[in-house]
Amino acid sequence: MSKSPWLLHYDASSCNGCDIEVLAATTPVYDVERFGIFNTGNPKHADILVVTGGVNAQSSSVLKQIYSQMPDPKVVVAAGICACDGGIFKDCYNISGGTDTVIPVDVYVPGCAVRPEALIDGISKAIAILDEKRIQSREHAACEVHYDNPGNKGE
Amino acid sequence: MSTVSVITVICYLIFAPVVGLFVSGYDRVITARMQGRQGPPFLQPLYDLVKLFRKEATIVNRVQTAMVVAFLIFQVFTGCIFFAGSDILLVFFALTLADIFLILAACSTNSPYSNLGSQRELLSIMAYEPMTLLTAIGFYMVSKSFNVSDVISMDKPAILQIPGIFIGYVFILIIKCRKSPFDLSTSHHAHQEMVKGLTQDISGNVLGIMELAELYASVLNMAVVGLFFVYKNPWSYLVALLVCSVVYFIILLIDNIFPRVKWNVMLWSTWAVTFVFGGANVLLLDMLRTAVKL
Ligand code: SF4
Repeated sequence: MSKSPWLLHYDASSCNGCDIEVLAATTPVYDVERFGIFNTGNPKHADILVVTGGVNAQSSSVLKQIYSQMPDPKVVVAAGICACDGGIFKDCYNISGGTDTVIPVDVYVPGCAVRPEALIDGISKAIAILDEKRIQSREHAACEVHYDNPGNKGE
Repeated sequence: MSTVSVITVICYLIFAPVVGLFVSGYDRVITARMQGRQGPPFLQPLYDLVKLFRKEATIVNRVQTAMVVAFLIFQVFTGCIFFAGSDILLVFFALTLADIFLILAACSTNSPYSNLGSQRELLSIMAYEPMTLLTAIGFYMVSKSFNVSDVISMDKPAILQIPGIFIGYVFILIIKCRKSPFDLSTSHHAHQEMVKGLTQDISGNVLGIMELAELYASVLNMAVVGLFFVYKNPWSYLVALLVCSVVYFIILLIDNIFPRVKWNVMLWSTWAVTFVFGGANVLLLDMLRTAVKL
């Protein structure tokens, strides 16, 4: 699992600064495909959700839906300070805050805009969490104890 | 069925995914190098496949999974017919049937992307099917039989008489391998205008099954390319292998050079190539034969 993380990038309300950096990570200079990371546009194929920008009234329902469409195990990376806690737009009337106000976030990558190096570092942390979650869910299934795991389910 | 064909079929069943993964790994590394990137490790397609089988699938309806499994079964079955040395016409028909199952899987869901993908896949079939028929006819004309076993035991390779059909077949291989400019229904590259198209609603281990079927398909497609070069001489298998890798490299080059076209461009260009190369080849061969007989 750790060798083939497929990414989904969602722009919640980013100023585009972070989006460009996310795309920069896939260019020949940084080339995230070296690590098997593949940028897919489909939530149903994705393992890692990368969110840029703070959450506003319009994007919160979309974000929830995308997250619920992703099959388990999955992790969320908040890229850029806006996605982490709202950043400079925090006090805007339409911004409800960072990604974690809507869905559970596993890795926070700060920066304005986020540096591609930092992002790759964050994603490699996310991959480790992804592996942990897979083992957890297997053990979970094995002992057949059905309790709500907020880390996994995100409710 | 002779013992040799049983052994070949068993080898196909076991080794086709391995060869498919090898081709796919070569594909991704070469593509990355063409784009000036380092690219993923060579075993990346294997890692992807293993991951998919470990992932949970979002089942949108019961029909879809059954259809994807049927796609795999028919794909494997088609390969078995081919490697058993049987009827090549049957191979091409069964291959279309397999693809129809995939289309049914895609249009059984509510996703508009998936539905659009299935329609485009139907258009692709419409584009390449005339050429596949001509390929079968071409093999019949040179060997007086539709059987693969008869084609490979000829005195001369088929390519000497049907080079036009070979060009036409390589052209439709771009569509069959889902490579740009004809990757309309679903693309290997990230982000297209309808996200993942055909595979939009296929996820997790069900997607794994589909990828496995595609591996079998890629081996079969390349084996047909090899069939143009294989004849009685055992060394011809080596030549066929060499030609297959060159053809695949050319397809990759085209994939990286050309942007995706609209469906109508795909349709007329494929039919034009079919008519000019395939049709002319069959016609000329026939005329020459009648002239020689007279
Ligand atoms: S962190 Fe900075 S660059 Fe990124 S979305 Fe916010 S304001 Fe834009």
